[in-house]
Amino acid sequence: MNCKSVIREVSNYLDGELELAAKQELEHHLEHCGDCKMVVDQTKLTVDIFCDSEPVELPVDVKSRLHEALRRKFSEKGN
Amino acid sequence: MLCVTLETTKARQWPLSGPSLALNAPNPHRLPSTVAREDEHLLVAAAKRGDASAFEELVSRYEKKIFRLTMNITRNREDAEDAMQDAFLKSYAHLKDFQEDSRFYTWLVRIAANEALMRLRKRRPNQFSLDEPIEGDEEMMPRELEDWGPSPEQRFAQTEMHEILSEVIDKLEPDFRVVFVLRDVEELSTEETAKTLGISIPAVKSRLLRARLKLRQKLNRYFRQGATN
Repeated sequence: MNCKSVIREVSNYLDGELELAAKQELEHHLEHCGDCKMVVDQTKLTVDIFCDSEPVELPVDVKSRLHEALRRKFSEKGN
Repeated sequence: MLCVTLETTKARQWPLSGPSLALNAPNPHRLPSTVAREDEHLLVAAAKRGDASAFEELVSRYEKKIFRLTMNITRNREDAEDAMQDAFLKSYAHLKDFQEDSRFYTWLVRIAANEALMRLRKRRPNQFSLDEPIEGDEEMMPRELEDWGPSPEQRFAQTEMHEILSEVIDKLEPDFRVVFVLRDVEELSTEETAKTLGISIPAVKSRLLRARLKLRQKLNRYFRQGATN
């Protein structure tokens, strides 16, 4: 497996979707290619950082407009 | 216990605002979306029976995440707010149609993503198309390979990290961004993402790969060792 093939398979590798033989071939390449290893590690970290990021607080005005709209909907349905 | 409360106490008030249970937990690390909160189905069942406060509890629980989703897709505050509000109103109106073959949150994400995509298409009719073929392999080859040091995520305060993530995702082309957001932020499966966006599974995979590589490259500017921001 060459560098280009590794890059093409980064996502499948990180998602655990590679066949065993392809996975082993890719990992063998990573043992000898520092650049590809860096790309794979940093791509994994990129996904992890976004995945783990906490949503920011909902602005107070946005929250109150949302709940007002909901209560209007509830009362429409109740009538 | 909660079940009994849901069954018998009609006048009960769910917390209408304030942090959700997850935020009060000692570990603020968010729950993976694949882990259902134990009482979610009870709240959904109560809401289906007409308990408005149960539905409002579901809204309070997920409003921040849904707003993040609609912001991430539209990158426009007004559109994100409208999309979030309409998503909750539509989910309430169609709650009886929710078959409970997935998590309520996943169902909600799909509704909210569609609301956000509708607004994104309206605002950028010529800049956003999931039907367009994507470029060849050449542009995927990473440039700017630099060491990020041991743990870049610990070098930045939470607010600073939010700003960095917001800036890099803002610069990602919309057709890559929406796939990345649904798969890697909301943790929808490839199949659910394809279904939500109305594109094939190979198209999701191809866009996801490019989105991840592009974001890695954009983050390099901030995370490389010795970078000054």
